Amino acid sequence: MTVQAPVRRPGRAAGLLPWRIHLERRLEVPRWLPVATTIGAVVVALVISGVILWFAGGDPIAIFIHIVRSSFGSLGVLSDTLVMATPLILTGLACALAFRMRLWNIGAEGQFLMGAWGASAVVLIPIVPAGTPSIITIPLMMVAGMLVGGVYGAIPGVLKAFRGVNEIIVTLMLNYIAALWIAYWVFGPWSEAGFQMTAQFPKGAWLPRLSDYSSAVPAFSGLTVHLGLIFGLVAAVLVRFLLFRSRTGYEIRLIGDSPRAARYAGVNVARNTVIVFALSGALAGLAGMSEVSGVVHRLQQAISPGYGFTAIIVAYIAKLHPYGVVVASIAFGALILAGREIQPSGIPAMIQGIILFCLIASEVVLRYRVRVERRVA
Amino acid sequence: MSAAPAAPPLAVEMRGIVRRFPGVVANDGVDFDLRVGEVHALLGENGAGKSTLMNVLDGLYRPDAGEIIVGGQPVEFRSPRDAIAAGLGMVHQHFALVPTQTVTENVLIGLDRPRFRIDVGRYDDEVAELAARHGLAVDPRARIWQLSVGEQQRVEILKMLYRGARILILDEPTAVLAPQETQDLFRTLRSMVADGTSVVFISHKLGEVAQIADRVTVMRRGRVTAPGIPISETTTAGLAHLMVGREVVETIERTPFDSGPVVLSMRDVEAESDRGLPALRGISLDVRSGEILGVAGVAGNGQSELAQVLTGLRHCSHGSVTVNGVEVGNRTPRDAISQHVAYVPEDRTGVGTAPNLSVADNLIMKSYREAPVSRRWSIDTGAVRRLANRLREKYSIVAPSVETEARLLSGGNLQRLILAREIASEPRLMVAVQPTRGLDVGAIVTVHRLLLDQRQAGSATILISEDLDEILALADRVTVLYEGRLVGLFDAADADVAEIGMLMTGGTPSPAVAPGDATRIVP
Repeated sequence: MTVQAPVRRPGRAAGLLPWRIHLERRLEVPRWLPVATTIGAVVVALVISGVILWFAGGDPIAIFIHIVRSSFGSLGVLSDTLVMATPLILTGLACALAFRMRLWNIGAEGQFLMGAWGASAVVLIPIVPAGTPSIITIPLMMVAGMLVGGVYGAIPGVLKAFRGVNEIIVTLMLNYIAALWIAYWVFGPWSEAGFQMTAQFPKGAWLPRLSDYSSAVPAFSGLTVHLGLIFGLVAAVLVRFLLFRSRTGYEIRLIGDSPRAARYAGVNVARNTVIVFALSGALAGLAGMSEVSGVVHRLQQAISPGYGFTAIIVAYIAKLHPYGVVVASIAFGALILAGREIQPSGIPAMIQGIILFCLIASEVVLRYRVRVERRVA
Repeated sequence: MSAAPAAPPLAVEMRGIVRRFPGVVANDGVDFDLRVGEVHALLGENGAGKSTLMNVLDGLYRPDAGEIIVGGQPVEFRSPRDAIAAGLGMVHQHFALVPTQTVTENVLIGLDRPRFRIDVGRYDDEVAELAARHGLAVDPRARIWQLSVGEQQRVEILKMLYRGARILILDEPTAVLAPQETQDLFRTLRSMVADGTSVVFISHKLGEVAQIADRVTVMRRGRVTAPGIPISETTTAGLAHLMVGREVVETIERTPFDSGPVVLSMRDVEAESDRGLPALRGISLDVRSGEILGVAGVAGNGQSELAQVLTGLRHCSHGSVTVNGVEVGNRTPRDAISQHVAYVPEDRTGVGTAPNLSVADNLIMKSYREAPVSRRWSIDTGAVRRLANRLREKYSIVAPSVETEARLLSGGNLQRLILAREIASEPRLMVAVQPTRGLDVGAIVTVHRLLLDQRQAGSATILISEDLDEILALADRVTVLYEGRLVGLFDAADADVAEIGMLMTGGTPSPAVAPGDATRIVP
């Protein structure tokens, strides 16, 4: 070993700091570490947000308490939080599924809108006559939403699988097309008396809410949680099953980790690309259906405050695990809900952004062991 | 060394370099020296540790042990930046150039001066002058994407010269060059050497080494087998020998070859490389059940392509490949798998395994479509665990559990995992490429034994390897792959190492090469 001897290190200016930071690749990641870094990153993000709030003249502690209180403080607001979380769970699952195969589906927003359109078409074209019982209308709307979302999602899948087109660009562009498609229908054919929205759906096309049963259980009165939440939870279970207990899921994970190994194992990568994109689109489409049928009860332009984009963050925070998506969605639902009560209204978006930054930064700790070494004078 | 009064001073001296990677000792106590104004070739098969040694010298890797002396002073480089400041520059196989920028801009990249590019014209002239001085024909104003690979390499060399490199390390510089470009490069190197620059020339092409080098150091399995021998004292056959080695790992008991029916049959197979150049030019061969056919040859002569054509991973432009009479050429990998073609690929971490999936997930890569692992579309995790644990036990795969990620396994264990999986698929044809490269002796013995067991069980095996000892120890028949063609076919029993060595390097076997020549330069 050469330790002493005049070490020649030419060409390097003396460092400004008395220590230097070394990153060493981790060979083994302890099981607890991913969870710890996620929680740590959120805590750091809240501290940074707190400092900014403090500089802006607010009281960070009071603001955070207010956020928690206005999203989890009572049965009523908890219900509202869950309503916000519902589309995030479904779109978050859509992203998590695609990201598992390293398909960068940035188009959950567009697939959400197309799903909402497909579901609306069932009652607006109409495919079923007015007065059809919900037991028939709702399943039809679900199928329509998933079908239209799935087909819309399959477009980038087919283009990537058979023509090698970059899916990020395609899905991003398709978002704009979907938004304009909705605009066309709510301004034109489906416009109600010239307003930029459709007529309200008949009651048979509404997803049941808890408040619908308030005559039987008085505590449910005013609770807006609807059946879509159950869709989300069931979908999370199904996606988990798909990923970890099915042949297709095995192929998805194999391709996601090593496309060359997948080809070696005889996996048809093109076919899986289309399947995953279609499933991802179907999940986002179901989210759109659940939103128009469970919350808005009509189709209009402003049905999504960007659920499909927030879903990307949700999927990442969840480390692409279906159950993690549920937890992260509820947290983000709370943040969106509380955002309405905080001024200026950009603050929750800022907190979201800082959380994402911190989470991405925390990956370094997962991959590397950080060592601080004193500089020898 | 003081004995030779005419010997010029040393530019670089490396003593006892040890560099370990997880599961592999890439350099195991390597000594190397470079004289001022010489071309010193570093010769060895892929994975012998040549690049590792030079990456240590360049400051990219830090040695686990050993010392480096440059220009008479001990040095400890923390990065290539330190190395270049000491006058030492390396040109890697994969260039680090910005395609959209000009040659001059690429040369200036990363330098403190000039801070602003106001007067690029002046630097264009500087670069042009430097290029002209060393016979490196390249237009300083051209953008990188407009240049041929050979010209891009010149830019890389220019980058190093502009930074004042007096010691140049070239990592397999001719691998990407056309024959004419190779001659141009050699002319440049000669002029630079005459100028007092010292060059390390990494290669596994014997002909080129003989043409350009003053001295040669041969490496094999992380050790030096011939230290700095003047090129005039070597023969091509002798070098081939030192490169692929003679040391016998173990004498393996083998039963006589009991030939069964033909399993693999290839007729006039042609295929292209990834770059669209002809890689296989008319391969015809038969391999019988219970037989191991050894395909010797230096890497880059069509080995990878041959294996890929057999396993459905590469299309053949001409000819047919049949296994048990069923055509598998130009079909999908899955068709090959369903004909029980097993494949031990040379790239264990990129192709043979999915590094971030568990050992269990990696063990079912070939069997997840069938019972008991899967039932219709679902996967029975209990059955997966039982299968994985059984294979882990049987093939002594050392891992904390079958849930451990595959990337945490050592090279030998990873190869055991791959072999366990492939053998469990009950192969009729086994395609093994460089199955023991980079493994330690214990693992090599295991792999050899497993391959022989398979032969005993009646599968046909095609063993593609650069290691001649391995081929001679295992194969029943030996053939040599050179520039996409099979040259020579021998019974392993009466194969002549010197003759095979000549065929591997493009020579024709000649009686002038006596077996004694091969051992003459062994230290």
